[in-house]
Amino acid sequence: MKNNLHALWQLFFGDSARAFGSASVILLVLLAVAPAKNHFSQWRHYQKQYLHLIRGRADAVTLERHFQGGIQQIWIPEQQVTDRCTTCHLGMKEASLADVSSVAFREHPVIPHKLTEFGCTTCHRGQGAATTVEEAHSATEQWEQPLLPAKYIEAGCGQCHLENQTGTPFLNQGRQLIVSYGCTHCHTIKQGDGTYVTPDDDPPSLKHIADKTTREWVYAWIKDPQAYAGTATMPNYHLSDDDARDVSAFILAQSTPLEPPLQPVKADTKTPADPAAGTSLYGQSFCASCHAMQNAAGMMVGGNVGPELTGIGTKAKPEWLQDWVANPNHYDPGTMMPHYRFDAAQVATLTGFLESKVEPDFVANVHLDAATPEQVEHGKRLAVENGCASCHEINGIKKPENFAPELSRIGSKPLNQLIFVEGVEHSLPGYVAGKVRNPRAFGPSLKMPQFKFTPQQIDAITTALLALTDRAQSQPPTMRIASVQQSKYQPAGNAGQLMGDLRCFTCHMINGHGGDMAPDLTWEGTAVQREWLTQFLKNPETLRPALIRRMPKFNLRDAEINTLADYMMTVYQTPEFDRDSLPVSQFNPAQVEQGRQLFYSKFACQSCHIADYKNDKGYIGPALAATGKRFNAAWVYYWLKDPQALRPGTIEPNQHMTDDEARALTAFLMSLKSGGAQGAMKK
Amino acid sequence: MKPLLIAVYAATLLMAGCSRKSNQPAPLQSTATGTAIVESSGGKQIGYAGMLLDQPVVVQVNDASGNGVAGTAVYFSGPAGVSFAPAAALTDSSGQVTSTVELGQQAGRYKIVASTRDKSGKAIDLSLDEIALGYQQTVGAQLNTQYCVRCHDPESTPQRVSNMDNLSVKPHPFTEGDTLNKMSDADLVAIISHGGPALNKSPQMPPWGYTLSKSDIAALVSYIRAVADPPYQAGGLVYAQK
Repeated sequence: MKNNLHALWQLFFGDSARAFGSASVILLVLLAVAPAKNHFSQWRHYQKQYLHLIRGRADAVTLERHFQGGIQQIWIPEQQVTDRCTTCHLGMKEASLADVSSVAFREHPVIPHKLTEFGCTTCHRGQGAATTVEEAHSATEQWEQPLLPAKYIEAGCGQCHLENQTGTPFLNQGRQLIVSYGCTHCHTIKQGDGTYVTPDDDPPSLKHIADKTTREWVYAWIKDPQAYAGTATMPNYHLSDDDARDVSAFILAQSTPLEPPLQPVKADTKTPADPAAGTSLYGQSFCASCHAMQNAAGMMVGGNVGPELTGIGTKAKPEWLQDWVANPNHYDPGTMMPHYRFDAAQVATLTGFLESKVEPDFVANVHLDAATPEQVEHGKRLAVENGCASCHEINGIKKPENFAPELSRIGSKPLNQLIFVEGVEHSLPGYVAGKVRNPRAFGPSLKMPQFKFTPQQIDAITTALLALTDRAQSQPPTMRIASVQQSKYQPAGNAGQLMGDLRCFTCHMINGHGGDMAPDLTWEGTAVQREWLTQFLKNPETLRPALIRRMPKFNLRDAEINTLADYMMTVYQTPEFDRDSLPVSQFNPAQVEQGRQLFYSKFACQSCHIADYKNDKGYIGPALAATGKRFNAAWVYYWLKDPQALRPGTIEPNQHMTDDEARALTAFLMSLKSGGAQGAMKK
Repeated sequence: MKPLLIAVYAATLLMAGCSRKSNQPAPLQSTATGTAIVESSGGKQIGYAGMLLDQPVVVQVNDASGNGVAGTAVYFSGPAGVSFAPAAALTDSSGQVTSTVELGQQAGRYKIVASTRDKSGKAIDLSLDEIALGYQQTVGAQLNTQYCVRCHDPESTPQRVSNMDNLSVKPHPFTEGDTLNKMSDADLVAIISHGGPALNKSPQMPPWGYTLSKSDIAALVSYIRAVADPPYQAGGLVYAQK
């Protein structure tokens, strides 16, 4: 063995000439390594494959002309983009390659941005400068952000687009869930434009909770909120029976009586003279516009603005219900619920009706002994530890600051700062989704409670969280599309107070402030006639037959109606045109007839609107049979000319009418005064 | 020599520890077999590329008389990128198996297969089509929900009452491939932009070209193509095979 080695040594390095020769050969081989590596590199292999692919196609000549060999790079220094992805992904811009089966060479699906302006990694992540498949797509030792799975791709959009976009339904949904489940009560989220994500779930104050409900109900609720109402946003803290006993003891003990105190209920509310009166008052008041309730068939009917009422009689005490129905401001000045003007008899009827909606099973198995001071003390400690005061107002506990980790940059969190557990994929999306799905799996002592989300909701929330990246925070402001923020608009004076009391802004938007459940009223004073408005406020008629949600009847007094009507007619005017600029007197019968023709033939308005209850059936838009009583002609005319100019986002299509056509149609519509919607409904 | 041995031993242990655990589920033991597999629900859904389908896929294994068979193994499979949870399961007491489906990352149609074995061990397959929308089709789907469905979808929900029955000329549902596949993209763009009269059809279809942008309308067309049943085959250049 040793001899052989020696012979070999002698052969190559025996004398200086041999040694020189051998060393030169070795040097040459070593020098050749780099070019060889380059020659056999992965990307050359892909480029050869691509050329092979396009040569078989009908438009080979065009494709070959577009092809550029060598390393390709998209370089956008101000966005920190150095992407060499197009070195292998060669067909990105070739529309004719949309049908290719290999992802590498297929055309990029249509998106609103140019690859050359945004690069690839801005949305997809991965290592842009890499030139091997492994390094570009996967996490390596030096690179922690692998390619984002396609289901979270909308997170890319969310880095710049803070507003809701048509093309990103999951991002929108995730952001909505974060807001409506109140994630930011505990977690701070500061967006790239410096604004904070604010919750809109409005958790109730617990300062007077003993006036509202019993300790048994509080106990059962804390144990499992969704057992009471499937739509409840309160999460489950998985408290033990003893802990729930103590927390309920504390919650009741800290409660102070309302000022002035609740009045006792008159005995007769439980046995109303007319059992159907409650149901019909609940219907007339359109409580279902905001509240859901299970009907006799077991179907949940109603809106989700307020809490579900299926078991309200089990939850709320009768004297509290009576007080709340009479004036919700007494218990909660910040509630979204309007102050209906019910008389004493109506209050009793509605209270009795709500009291009868019980779910006795919910508290049937709860038996609590009187609380001891130790239990109350322990309950308080638990309430502090679990951050109850992050959401709820509680006597004796201050709202904690930064109770949970800030999430403003969670989308760029380095993996080495995260602790993974069994069953959670070792990636950032895997971690975030795992945390949202089952937070306590990451450790039994963790405080984050269990929310009830569907797998799809979890993906949506994960998408929204992954959009909160370093890039979103640090990019130039010109890249950002701001979200639509609510304005701080508040109407002034008596009318303003009245509108506040009636909570108009829970449903209506005015000057950029308010809800989107009902029409925007910013220009209502230009649109409608005062007479109609007062009638409508007195007794809201059905304007859109196909809608479940309707304007409730508030039982306003005449003086209140006048205050509201005066204010709206004076203040809510568009500056674009004068509402009296098109007097009805100038229309002639020929114009009305021409308008009728246009309505029924050229524009086929009856597809969506009802002008005549006998013949028309369309019910997408509001019924127009009483247009002449409701609207001002100028509004109708300008609406017909360009609906979106008067109410952005309305689905009425702009029909591109000529001035004459719009005038004739206005003449026809203004001639419709015979039957209001109510007249027709009575038939 | 001893340290070397220890090092080799440690390395072996490490490699064994790091080696990926097998994701293959243990083979299921059927306690019964059926003669047919049928869809209960979840086929022909319109989902999004890379995402979970709205509804799980539910299939049922039946015996010769059409009753569900409990305890039969059902296996789900699909094209690359489609994942099932669970990918295999035994039927429940009513003979059904429920699986949530995540579609692949490419927009298009996915044929997924639920498979079971009969008494003789022969595979019985049920294939279901699912649709994955890409970005452009998603925009189209949203616009469809906002502007089109009320007339073009005959189904009513409590939140959205269909207006189709109120129209004297019935609009085509967008899934109606038999009719819509025959129309060119240019025709669809024309009728959406300028209304029914653009193609000598009813004015009950209004013009949307002054309300929606060109790219909106292109998105709607791509959505209509994506959901067509039977599927839409793009015309134009016919390429050599490969």
